[in-house]
Amino acid sequence: MSSFWIILIGSLVACSCSIVGCFLVLRKMSMVGDAISHAVLPGIVIAFLLSGSKEPIFMIAGAIIFGLLTVYLISMFSNSGVQADAAIGVVFTALFAIGVVLVSLYTRQVHIDLDHVLYGEIAYAQWDLISVAGIDFIPRSVWLVGAVFLVNILLITTFYKQFKLCAFDPIMAAALGIPVVFFHYLLMTLVSVTTVISFDSVGAILVVGMLIVPAATAYLLTEQLSKMIVISCLIGICCSAGGYYLAFLLDASIAGCMVTIAGLLFTITLFFSPSHGVISKMIRRKQLSRKMASNDATL
Amino acid sequence: MNFLQLIQDPNTQWILAGTLLLGICSGVIGCFAYLRKQSLMGDALAHAALPGICVAFMLTGTKSIIGFLIGALVAGVVATFAIGYITRESRIKQDAALGIILSVFFGIGIVLLTKIQHSSYGNQSGLDKFLFGHAAAMVSDDVKIMALICAFLIFITWLLFKEFKIVSFDPNFAKGLGFPIKLLDQLIMLLLVVAVVVGIQAVGVVLMAAMLITPAVSARYWTNKLHYMIILASAIGGISGIGGTLLSSLGNNLPTGPLIVLSATVIFVFSLLFAPNKGVIAKMRVRYYMKKTTKHSIENSIMTATKPKEGQS
Amino acid sequence: MASPLSIRNLSVAYQKKVVLENISFSVPKGKLIGIIGPNGAGKSTLIKAILDLVPSISGDVSIFGGSYEKNRKSVGYVPQRESVDWDFPTDALDVVTMGRYGKLGWLKRPSQKDKEIARQCLEKVGMSEYSNRQISQLSGGQQQRVFLARALAQEAELYFMDEPFVGVDAATEKAIIALLNSLKNQGKTVLVVHHDLNTVKEYFDWVMLLNVSLVDVGPTEDIFTTEALQKTYGGKLTMLDGESSPIIIN
Repeated sequence: MSSFWIILIGSLVACSCSIVGCFLVLRKMSMVGDAISHAVLPGIVIAFLLSGSKEPIFMIAGAIIFGLLTVYLISMFSNSGVQADAAIGVVFTALFAIGVVLVSLYTRQVHIDLDHVLYGEIAYAQWDLISVAGIDFIPRSVWLVGAVFLVNILLITTFYKQFKLCAFDPIMAAALGIPVVFFHYLLMTLVSVTTVISFDSVGAILVVGMLIVPAATAYLLTEQLSKMIVISCLIGICCSAGGYYLAFLLDASIAGCMVTIAGLLFTITLFFSPSHGVISKMIRRKQLSRKMASNDATL
Repeated sequence: MNFLQLIQDPNTQWILAGTLLLGICSGVIGCFAYLRKQSLMGDALAHAALPGICVAFMLTGTKSIIGFLIGALVAGVVATFAIGYITRESRIKQDAALGIILSVFFGIGIVLLTKIQHSSYGNQSGLDKFLFGHAAAMVSDDVKIMALICAFLIFITWLLFKEFKIVSFDPNFAKGLGFPIKLLDQLIMLLLVVAVVVGIQAVGVVLMAAMLITPAVSARYWTNKLHYMIILASAIGGISGIGGTLLSSLGNNLPTGPLIVLSATVIFVFSLLFAPNKGVIAKMRVRYYMKKTTKHSIENSIMTATKPKEGQS
Repeated sequence: MASPLSIRNLSVAYQKKVVLENISFSVPKGKLIGIIGPNGAGKSTLIKAILDLVPSISGDVSIFGGSYEKNRKSVGYVPQRESVDWDFPTDALDVVTMGRYGKLGWLKRPSQKDKEIARQCLEKVGMSEYSNRQISQLSGGQQQRVFLARALAQEAELYFMDEPFVGVDAATEKAIIALLNSLKNQGKTVLVVHHDLNTVKEYFDWVMLLNVSLVDVGPTEDIFTTEALQKTYGGKLTMLDGESSPIIIN
């Protein structure tokens, strides 16, 4: 029974991450996703210190504020002449450093230890049962992650056209009257919320793995955005199940194993994808060379 | 012991020397990473170092710093190659390639780390110090090795300064002139890995990126000449290293990494605001001055145009 | 005397698409040659393939009778302006001095003589007073002139220029063309990727019509005809009867 909950939580986390991760990959904002996942740490700590409680609502609020602050600071520095990638690096490292310092200073009050932050505690999540609408055998994490998953699906499907156009051609989107900036910050808000909820299970460092790797793998398998999102979720579920069993086998971190499986699947796809794999492209190039040579012969 | 006693303690002096070297090294190579738009590569390489360090520990069974450094170096080289390969051979863009390598290598590293920690001799491995840095753990031997590595890095950069410059500014032109740009790219990347390897002891894997980026960005605000930028960045890096280490000695449980990063960030914000010509305040003053003089000259033109001429009523 | 540039069966493909097909030609020394063709014709790619900046599927390139590897010191290159980050911390003189790096090889630093040559090249393009100007502060035309000065500093015999007149003011354009003519008069060969059909007759004594495959190459009076142009541009040209020669709208 316990493995079921763990794999379920992992799958819900992976799917939530994949849904927003696909847009990050397509908009070349993978590292912004990385930045947000690090920068929400001080948000969580400050929220905890101010509210005195570990209720998720405060953590989520803190995460959203710091997530949006991160994006805002990155744009601000970018616009005042710092290169975009350097702006990302400066902002997230500074915010994460603040977070780590706060955790170190206030460990007793905050009840967050750095290990939990890094690796997550997915194995323990199943014991934290709460009662919702009379159902009392479902762990709290499942409710939280499930809720975030549903919110992500809901928002992305409702505004699918807008998100798609803003990712593909923001200038045209603006010309059509779509509020590009609003959707940009909406996406970043979803990333922040997804990140903070995923902290509990996979930890801060590995969230970016779940955001990017399944999405990038799906990117190599299909030409359609809708399929890309679905495929990345399926890959995420495989990572969750595979990661759990690998962790059991190796007696190691579940989160780490999830990302390792994701890496494995990505590598296989990189080489063997029928449409974009390296091997397939080599075969096609040889066919083209042969065709050109035979064209010469007939001239 | 109080602050003055602390600084005079030879142990502290070794530690300060170590963090100074770290800052200088990362400042120098960080400039090239910045100009080549590879700032986040340092982040990826730092995260990728973790599995290398773990494997080195698993193979040698000891905490030897040389072992760790070689492990981190090998992992860094593999990561560099992988990022380049993915970017070249597939439609995955560089930012996603960085994110993939960063998270997957780090994930593998965490798997190895937790395995080691669960095993019998795991707790003495000192490996988790590599996550957020523990400058206080540096001993004189470590620092001597760091000094050699740092000297090597600075020497190569000085020797090949013009080659690095042209391959960073205009690689196509450099290739046309006959410079092997792939080789030079790999060399710069190798030096980046070297700087990472030196730095992660003090700053840790997670925050190493900051040491490569923040001093270089800050230095850019103060000068338009590459060689001054490099010197300034290494100075800023060194000062941050020392500053952060001193700050962490004030508390009991404070890891050095975050404090070094915050010191560098403070210098960055100061540069952003107060640098002459490029700083925000300087630019605001120019804008204000331009507005005033333009307004003034427009008013003058209007006055001259509308002034009644002599002899007319 | 070997031809400055001789190409045989050069083909370049990008993934599935063939962008240059079986290009063969030979150019004589001391000519100013314009490379003309519609967008996507492969004009920039041709230069990049010759200079080994992009891989080719097939073909031989011979420069002054030898391979590019062997004779690269005789080749000068002015790439497109977007290929470079103009925020790089360097000034105009420094960029021109980089043109001397080929002659210096590894490790050696630019000498006073190299800097002097760089200064003279800046003067030839009329940019002496901008020697110490940070390159981000230069206008488009000024940047183009700096690139040109850099190519001159290479002291080459064969020059390739990729769209040197794009985004450049009329005065700069005149200055560049004057410079190219003086190069020609010194016996150097210059190939220029050009986009403005209306100035071809005035600027170039030879012209190359390219659209994935080579339509024709030779002296402008012989080659630059209405039929050849229609063939190159696939009927997408509009020609108005101008006063002395047709005005072409692309």
